Amino acid sequence: MIGSIAASELLGLGPEIFGLFVAFGFMVGVFFGFFGMGGSFLVTPALLILGYPAPVAIGSSMAFVFGTAAIATMKHHDAGQVDYKLGALMFVGISVGIELGSRLVFGLEVLGIANVVVGVAYVLLLAAIGVLFTRSALDTGDDDGDEDGTDDGGEKGGDESEGDADEVPAIARKIQSYEVPPMMTLADGSRASLWTISGVGGGVGLVSGFLGVGGGFVRMPAIYYVIGTSLAAAVGTSLFGGLMSGAVGAFTYGRAGVIDLGIVTALLVGSALGARIGSSATAYVDEDDVTIYFGLMLLVASAAVGIGELSSWLSMPVLDRLSFVLLIGSALLVCTTILYHGALAVRRTRGVPGSAQRGE
Amino acid sequence: MIGTELLAGASPSVQALAVIGIVLLEAIALYVGYGAVEEAIGPTVLDRLAKAR
Repeated sequence: MIGSIAASELLGLGPEIFGLFVAFGFMVGVFFGFFGMGGSFLVTPALLILGYPAPVAIGSSMAFVFGTAAIATMKHHDAGQVDYKLGALMFVGISVGIELGSRLVFGLEVLGIANVVVGVAYVLLLAAIGVLFTRSALDTGDDDGDEDGTDDGGEKGGDESEGDADEVPAIARKIQSYEVPPMMTLADGSRASLWTISGVGGGVGLVSGFLGVGGGFVRMPAIYYVIGTSLAAAVGTSLFGGLMSGAVGAFTYGRAGVIDLGIVTALLVGSALGARIGSSATAYVDEDDVTIYFGLMLLVASAAVGIGELSSWLSMPVLDRLSFVLLIGSALLVCTTILYHGALAVRRTRGVPGSAQRGE
Repeated sequence: MIGTELLAGASPSVQALAVIGIVLLEAIALYVGYGAVEEAIGPTVLDRLAKAR
């Protein structure tokens, strides 16, 4: 295991590991601020690679999700983009889903296979999202088109992109047309079945509880395409849903006493700053310029978690180290790329009055 | 590991709520704190970045 869990300097963590978590949190924050996702699904694998038991990794990640979602929700609340009624209606489904997911984790822990199963699930999840992002970036490069910025499933932490943010997608209108009572009226006046809302909440909650992720990459598209709200409301409400997922998850795992506040605090200190910088960078950097790097990073992260699992099976600590270097190294590379593009864009646009817009 | 021994003797639910409360307070403090820092030095940093060679 890399790093000492028992060292006690800062909130139960040694200064080096505390600094590492702050730095990692900063990178995660930049991704979250810039892409609107990429936070928690990197944290749990990193903790697993560092040797933390699956319940500790997932529980601490859930508490971190709660903190980052709280910060993001405060920001979107100020912009009036949160449908609290819809969020509250999703709460029951989210709670049930997380409870089921966590019971699955603890059940697997009893069998002694939680780390393996969660690790394999992460390999598949990261690979799938990585392929989606990479393919989306390549398609965008081929078409040189300007999509609405939601086909990657991200929740933009910064400004909305150029699509019509008030438009409800056709598939959502189709689903809304099936009136399965009880029908609920949403904040924007549209109506959706409580069953659809609960189903979305339950599905996302299950993923959150099992993997220790906020689930924004699933929840935002689900709210937008299945429940059917405006894009802006989907983004804000999804973040509010993340807050609830994180709270329920943190409560569930907190009751089991497996949340490490030192890890959560260090990650939050870094991510809160990184998210501000990443969010600001969206005003200067063309997302298409860096999306492919993000996709490739997820693929590398998938390989890193896979190598970490191999390390356990083969009892080869060197693979553990390789896995860690791959995960942190790829995240550092993409984070640096975003900041570098941001710095270049700031120099370019602020030197030319009137051109300080996205993609200039 | 810190987080489980915050309220010795308290029920697991109370301990879990305490953890959530602490994380929420941290989040609010960081949101407000970094917001103030951004407001104070953000424009200066961007200007220096724009002029950097």
